[in-house]
Parts: sequence; C-alpha cells; structure tokens
Amino acid sequence: MLYDVTLGVRYSYDPPAGAARMHLRMIPGSGAAQRVLSGTLVITPGPDFRRDRADFFGNALTEIAFHAPIDGVEFTFTGRIERHDLPRVMDLSCPLSALRREMNEIASIAPEAPHHFLAASERVSPAPTITAYARALTAQGQSTLNVVETISQALHRDITFDSTATDVTTDPVEAFANRRGVCQDISHIMIAALRGVGVPAGYVSGFLRTEPPEGETRLAGADAMHAWVRAWCGHEMGWIEIDPTNNMLAGTDHISVAFGRDYADVAPVKGSLRSSGLHNSGHSVDVVPVEEQSGTDKGQTRAGSP
Amino acid sequence: MGEDQDPDDQGALAPLEDYRPPEGVADELLRPDGTLRPVWKPMIAHLAARTPDQIAQDFARGDLYLQDAGVYYRQYTGDGSTMRDWPLSHIPVIIGEEEWQTLAEGIEQRAELLERTLADLYGPADLVKRGLLPPQLIARNPEWLRPMVGVKPRSGHFLHAVAFEIGRSPDGSWLVLGDRTQAPSGSGFALENRMATLRVFNELYPDANVQRLAGFFRSFRDRLTQLRGPEQGQVAILTPGQHTDTYFEHAYIARYLGFLLLESEDLVAVDGTLMVRTIGGLEPVSVLWRRLDSRFADPLELDENSAIGTPGMVGTVRSGAVTMLNCLGSGVLEARALMAFLPRISEALLGEKLKLPNIATWWCGQPSERTYVADNLERMMIGPALSTDLPFDIDSSTALGGRFRDNAKASVKEWLEKNGGGLVGQEAVTLSTTPAMIDGRLEPRPMVVRVFALRTQDGWTVMPGGYARIGRTEDPTALAMQDGGSVADVWVVSDKKVEPDTLSGQSEGPFIRRMPGRLPARAADNLFWLGRYVERADFTARTLRAYHLRLEDHDVTPVPVFDRLHGFLEGRGYSLIHPMPDLFIDLLDRARGCAAKVRDRFSDDGWYALDELDGAARDLAPSLEAGDSAGRALSLLLRKLAGFAGLVNDNMFRFSGWRFMTMGRALERGVQISDLLAEFAERGAPQGSFDAALEIGDSVMTHRRRYSVETNRNTVMDLLALDPENPRSVVFQTAVLRDQQAALPRRRRSTQLTLPERRILKLHTQLSVATPDDLDRATLDEISAAFQSISDALHSEYMG
Repeated sequence: MLYDVTLGVRYSYDPPAGAARMHLRMIPGSGAAQRVLSGTLVITPGPDFRRDRADFFGNALTEIAFHAPIDGVEFTFTGRIERHDLPRVMDLSCPLSALRREMNEIASIAPEAPHHFLAASERVSPAPTITAYARALTAQGQSTLNVVETISQALHRDITFDSTATDVTTDPVEAFANRRGVCQDISHIMIAALRGVGVPAGYVSGFLRTEPPEGETRLAGADAMHAWVRAWCGHEMGWIEIDPTNNMLAGTDHISVAFGRDYADVAPVKGSLRSSGLHNSGHSVDVVPVEEQSGTDKGQTRAGSP
Repeated sequence: MGEDQDPDDQGALAPLEDYRPPEGVADELLRPDGTLRPVWKPMIAHLAARTPDQIAQDFARGDLYLQDAGVYYRQYTGDGSTMRDWPLSHIPVIIGEEEWQTLAEGIEQRAELLERTLADLYGPADLVKRGLLPPQLIARNPEWLRPMVGVKPRSGHFLHAVAFEIGRSPDGSWLVLGDRTQAPSGSGFALENRMATLRVFNELYPDANVQRLAGFFRSFRDRLTQLRGPEQGQVAILTPGQHTDTYFEHAYIARYLGFLLLESEDLVAVDGTLMVRTIGGLEPVSVLWRRLDSRFADPLELDENSAIGTPGMVGTVRSGAVTMLNCLGSGVLEARALMAFLPRISEALLGEKLKLPNIATWWCGQPSERTYVADNLERMMIGPALSTDLPFDIDSSTALGGRFRDNAKASVKEWLEKNGGGLVGQEAVTLSTTPAMIDGRLEPRPMVVRVFALRTQDGWTVMPGGYARIGRTEDPTALAMQDGGSVADVWVVSDKKVEPDTLSGQSEGPFIRRMPGRLPARAADNLFWLGRYVERADFTARTLRAYHLRLEDHDVTPVPVFDRLHGFLEGRGYSLIHPMPDLFIDLLDRARGCAAKVRDRFSDDGWYALDELDGAARDLAPSLEAGDSAGRALSLLLRKLAGFAGLVNDNMFRFSGWRFMTMGRALERGVQISDLLAEFAERGAPQGSFDAALEIGDSVMTHRRRYSVETNRNTVMDLLALDPENPRSVVFQTAVLRDQQAALPRRRRSTQLTLPERRILKLHTQLSVATPDDLDRATLDEISAAFQSISDALHSEYMG
C-alpha cells in the first residue's frame, strides 16, 4: 500500500516560553515492512538550531532549539510511504520455556538485541499485578507467539479504550488497575505483561490508516499517533509487531515511526522549556492511500528515495 | 598533669601492651609473629614517649582544625539528615613505600583496563560479541547510557579520575573490593584528613618521610587546564548541590584547585556548546569534572525525571565542545558482577594477568557459577548483580553465609535458582586490622582503603596516600560512617628524605597572576541575597532591641513611641509573642543558607562566623525573657553580626562576589532606612520617635557631635537620609551601589547606560539634591520602592 501521511503537532504558550530545546521523533524510517519514498519535517517558526541524526535504536531524531521565547510552535511531517504486505508467517517461535535460553545465546548489545527489552525501563517497571495477570494466561508448552497473541487478545477484551481515563504520563499499573486507557497505556501494560513472563518487549509509535477500506470498521487510534508492541519470539522468528488496542498483528494499515523500550524512548516531542503559563497542544494525523494510478510508476518514485 | 607528680612517673603510654589482632586476619601494625612492622616504629616510639594527656591534646588539635575548617558529614536517619562532627580516627594507616609501589602498579593497570573496557562498551562492544561479558549485565545496567554509545570523548579518554576500594586479605596481599568510576569522592576528604593528622602529629610528621599529596593534585590541575580546547573556556566542577553528602568536598576541591564550582542550573547548552551563565553573560565551559551521577545530567536525553540536570548537555559532549570527566555513563563499570569477568578481560585486552586481583566474584546467571555459589553458601555474600554497593555494605538485599540478615526471605538456594541472572556471589571479606585509639589504648579495627588514580599528562598517577575507613567494632560489616565507623589518613612512608610540598607551590621563577573566572550568575545571586539578609537581620535586631529596651519603662508609665515600634515590627511580620521572633531567626537561617550555596567562595572564618551567629540565636531564643534581657541578647547578636561584616570586609578579595554582597547590603540598608524614616521621622510622629530612629539607624553619637540643636525631624532626616558622609544614610547606599556596579564587568560594549545604572543614577541624584523638607512619607515610600526596582534591574542584568 502506498500512503500519503501528514502529522501535525502544535503547541501554544501563554506567556511565551523561553529556552526551548526539544527532541522530535516524527520521521518514519525505512525497513523490511515499509519504505519511505519522501518525507519532510517542517518546523514553524524556524528554530535557531536544528540537527538531524539517528538515536541508539536507529530512529530519526531531530534536535531543535529556540533562543528567544516563543508563543507557539508547529511541527508538520508530510511524506509518502510504501507499506509492504508481508505474508503472514508460520509460528516459528520457540516455546516460552526455551526463550530465555535462546536469548542468552545472543551475544550482542546492538539495538536489535532482545537484552534491552526485558528489564525495567523508564516508563515500564515490573508490576506484580500485571505479571500475575499475564502468568494466568500462559500454559505449559505454549509457543511464544501464542503467548503474545493470547495476552493481546485478553487486553483487548479487558481494557476499555477511554481517552479520558489517562494522560501521557499515566503509569501502566494505574491504567491496568482501572482497566481503561488509550493505545499508549494498553501498549505499556502489554509490555509489562510480556516482560513479566520473560518475553522481551518494546514500544512502537506510528500511524494507522485513517479511513478503513470499504466495508471495514475504522481502527481505534487512527486520529492521532498510535502505539503498538514489538515482541521477541526467539531466534528463528525474531521480532513481531502486534497492536493490542485493535488486537491484530501490525499489517498494511500500520506505519511505524520509532521503536524503543517504552514511550520515553520514542516520544514524538520531548522538550524542556521555561514556561510559567498554560500550554495548549493540538495533534492531527492523516494517512490516506494514494490512488492506484499515482502509485503505479514505482520505479520513478523510488529513484529519489533514500 | 598533676602538679606534684613527676612527669616520668605518670606513665607514658605503652602502646602495644594490650594490642591483640584477632586470629586469622592480617594486621597493619604487627607481623603474624607478633613483632612490630618497621614502618610503624617511629609512630609507636612517638606515642610511647607521650603521656595520655599529651595525646589527648594532640588529638584535640586535629579535631579543632576540622571544626574550624567546617568539615562535617551528614548523618541520614529516617526523618532527614543532621550534620555530625567528622569522625577522624587519629592514628593514620602506615604503609611502606616499596609495598605501595607494587600496589600502585596494580592500580594503574586496573585503571587502564577499565578505560579500555569502557571504550569497548561505548564503542564496538566486542567484549560482548567475544563472550567475555554477558550482554544482560550491560543491557540491563541502568548506568549503561544508550545515548552515549558511539560518542567519542574529545580528550580521547573515557576515564580521568577513578578510585578503588581495597582491603588486605589474611595472607597479606591486597584485593580490590570495588571499582569507583562514576564520580568518586574522597580525595578531598583525604586531603582534609591529612591536614588534621599532621596537626595531631606536628612533631613527628615533618621528619617521618611521609609522601606528600600536593604534587598529585597539582599535576591533575595542570592536566585539566591543558584539556581545554581551542575555545579556552572555563574548567569547572559540577556538583549536585549543597544537599549531597559530599558537597563539602566539592567546594573544598574547587577552592583548592581554583576551579569554578557549578550546579546544573549554572549551565546552558547553546547550539552544541556548553556555557556557564555568569554576571558577564554566557561563557564557554571547556572541562567539566562531574561529581553528579551521569543519569541525572540531562533530562532531555538521560533520566527525564531529573530535576538537577542541564537539558542538552549530552549534545554538547557529542559535538565535542566539552571534555567531561569522567565520561557520561562511566558508572556502568561499578556493577559488582563485572568483577567476575575482569580477570579474563584483562588477558584479552591487555594481554596481562591482573597485577592486583579483585574479590572473588561469581555471576549467578551462569549455571556452573550458580551451582558453585549454592554449594559454598557459608563463605559467600550474595547480592544484586548490578548493585554498586561495596561488598561490606550489607543491607537487607544481601545474604551472608547462607542467611539473610532480616530472615524474612525464603531459602537462599531458591532465590539463586529463581533470580540467578540478577545475583552475584562474592567471597565474604576478611579485612585486615589497623590500630585505632579507643579509650586511650590502641585496639585493632578492620579497615579498607580508598585509593585514587588520576590521569595526568604522563598517564595514570596514583595518589600516594588514601582515605581509610575504620570499623567501629571488630565486625568488618560495620565500616560505614553511617554505622559509626571512622576515617583515617594513610601515610606512605619512604626510606629516603621527603621534601615538603604544597599546592600553592614552592617553585621559583616567573608566575602569572591568574584572573579568576567570571562569577556564575547563581553565585552572584546568593552573595547578593546573603548581603541583603545579613543587613535585614542587623536592622531587625536593632529595631527589636529598641523595642525591648523600652518595654519595662512602658509597663510603668506609657512610652509614646512604644506602640509605634510594636506596630512597625508586627507590620513586618515579626510576631512579638516570642522575644526573638521566629521570622528573625528565619532571616539568619536564610543568610546561612545562601552562604552554604557558595561555600567555595567564602573564607572558612566568614562561614564560621555566620554559622555561629545562627547557632547563637537559636540557643538564646528559647530561654529569653522580654525586656532588658532580650535587649542584651540582641546586643550580643549585633556584635557578632558586626564581626561577620568586619571579616568579610577585611578578608574577602575584591572580586565580583564581594561586590554583589556589598550591593546587597547597601540595597537592603537603603530600603530599611527609608522605611524607618517614613515611620519615625514623619511630621507628628509620637514623642521619642526621632531618638528611636537615630538609635535604630546607629547614628546617635554622630548626631550629638554634628548638630548643636535638639533632635528634630530635620536633623534626623538630614543625617539618616541625605548626609553623604554617614555610612548609614540612604544617599550613602546609592553611592555604594553606583561605585560597585561600575566596577562590574559589562555585558555589552556600549556607551548607553544599563537599566541598573539608570535607576541608581536617578535615585542618587534625587537624594543628592533633596532637602529634609522634600522627604515626606510618600516620597520615602517611593524611594524604598526605587531600591526594590534597582534590585530587580540588577537581577535581570547580572543574575538571571
């Protein structure tokens, strides 16, 4: 599938905020599942300092700073992205009981190594309540993928999508206790659950196709940036991506932006500023399939892509 | 000493009489056969020649030094922390030069090994790929900072200042118990221990051939100065602030080496460079000796919850604009579990065996190691693999000899089976003993020594001495000061003559008078407010005294001005329920608090005077009775305040810091005297008001000498507001502000007046041309407000 993606994030400050310095993770990258054909991140007003680089996990990171106080700032990413339709693979994952041994055989601390994704991270710490919940869902001899899918299914059933119950800083333990939250909370809970039973798990930020294909229902979380989970299913199968909010494996409707241990590693805007007053924010996402004819001449479009 | 006693009969100390080291441990003083080690002979002979009284006096000299120097430590209890006397064990640990040399070679090798290991962990990570380090121990380590991966330090080195906790095993060999690579403390305390100990042994020390410490610090200071890049910016020490238990040391080292002492809020990242906010604007920082744990250094890239970091600091390191030592993320090497792997890593990276072994360590994530630990529980300490605590810091998460201290947990074997990867076993330490003077007798006590290695131009240099910790009891697990342990100096004694040496340098030849770095804005702010609070305290004490001295008369026959004094004080929040109002003591606390934040810029005497003043007020307050006795107590405090002011004026170098304190005092005095005159010199003020104003304005004598007439409104107004010669007058304060401000560095090259200049000049002119008749209550209120607006302007010009 070929998509035109627009992400807009706006902040306004009253009174104006000084000494603003921010890290942005809004630019999708290319990988096995997707290819970025074109993309730009425009910042208004233009920052006094900007540097684009990759972070530890390979995500595109834009560092910006404003010297003078600003009363608002707007970030707009627009790009064209090709999402490949990866064939649904067989369950090649190892049994959950063998996962630790398989992991220990991986002598690497490179970004893809599963070792980063089992311990506590900034936003997700081991939580006895969530671990107990997850443990009750696992059975002897179960494959890791099956465990991952079972937990996704259970969370989809048990957690009510509710955008008023939590905010961006809510602890997953609290969201779990209330059984309510948005994609960020559900993903964090699932990460805690997976780690609790020994499955390395990380957080993916990204977009969903805004309008569903004819005859299908609209996916939850399509109006804003979305989040789902990556889980490591053993040496053979490696990482899979699963969306517990919609209880589905990430497919052609999912476009990923950044990957990390939890939200803190991938937050689209992280910043520090001196601000005493209110700040309002707005946030919009549009992911629109490109009409067939404009997507046919792929060779030409790709010529300019990274 | 008894008068009728012959000193010889009094019985000099027999130091070795009852000295019996426990079985099965090494002792620093005695060989296994019970004979004295030769390096201790001069010390023991010295002690044997002194009476217990003399020794007590010797020790008191050291203690007095520490008190005067303000060396203390914070004791943490359940509900906060208190300052305690520095627990010096006066007898140093003495080690021969030859033995020390061997030890130092082992330390240098280990420092180099850690450097290479760190370079690998933040570079190619070959150690993990080659199976020399388990990936879990790095990937799960909260001190392994992912944003630092791939960042090459500008200096070419990751480590510059490291420390090692070492102990002596029963066979007499040394053993590393812990690596300290994050931001090791103790070298400054070692210096202070030395200062105190050489006073204790002022007769013995000069000829004892003890290796001096100053050269070690000098070469490091030179190295840090060389590490500045082409921008030739400041060299600074970054401290978490005065609430950390090692803040005293940070301030001490900063003063000793002549570097800036900064907190994160002094720093700002501007496009890839690290700058310090000074009174003259932003200036680049080239070298930062970090005494703050890495994780807290930058809330933007590291721990997002850190309230004590500088956003963007990591970026300035990444862009190579600053040399950070040690590198951010250096704490990853402190995890206990790494010690299990260092012997093999040494062979792989250096091609050498460890010259100085570390405590035997087994990481329980490996099946055979786990089994070994489980089979040898009796001689194991088992604890968290990634803990950075030292082996003898035993807490509830540690099992010793197969049992938990708190008995709450289930079986240790089960624990090992379940959490193997998170645990290490370490051989239970048996530490050597060293003599400590306890109740007038030498007794053996367990000890560990922290040794320091700094990277100088010639590579690693080991401090010839150290920071010893001495156990309170014979139990080697009670070494921590928090548990009542003490600290001692370490003497490395040479066979040859050792020449004296100090940092201030004995060298001949030309010198450069180094201009001090620009004053950081935060320090200026604290000094300014220190001046304001001290002056406000002074004024308030005078007003309170005026009130109390009239109280007893007022009880007999009403004194007209009494109610006005009462109202004036109450109106400013000084509740007179207590003779010394809480708010007044609060002022002294605040002054002390400001001074505490700029300890590095303050003489010890000045600090001590302030500390004493605050203490005296607190001591006096509860038992005070309203009236004359309170008046006398306030007079005492006023004398102490004057003492502080005198010290500051006599001893403080006329750097910008002194100017800010002086401006703070002048500004506050201007406000207070204006308010005083508005209240007590207005037309129709009750009888006695003019005299009260002169008394509070400390100008009674001057008035008597200067004016031939009775006190009247105009003479009071003239003397206290308009007389340019009276250091208490309002116009005098505007002149002080004008002169001090003119001497400050300018931010902009421009002939235009700055905002504070404009406001000061305007007020000074207004007062210079005024006559007593011009000054009524409304005008004085305006003048008071004008001083406040000057304060605001100074803040935005210099201290923001």
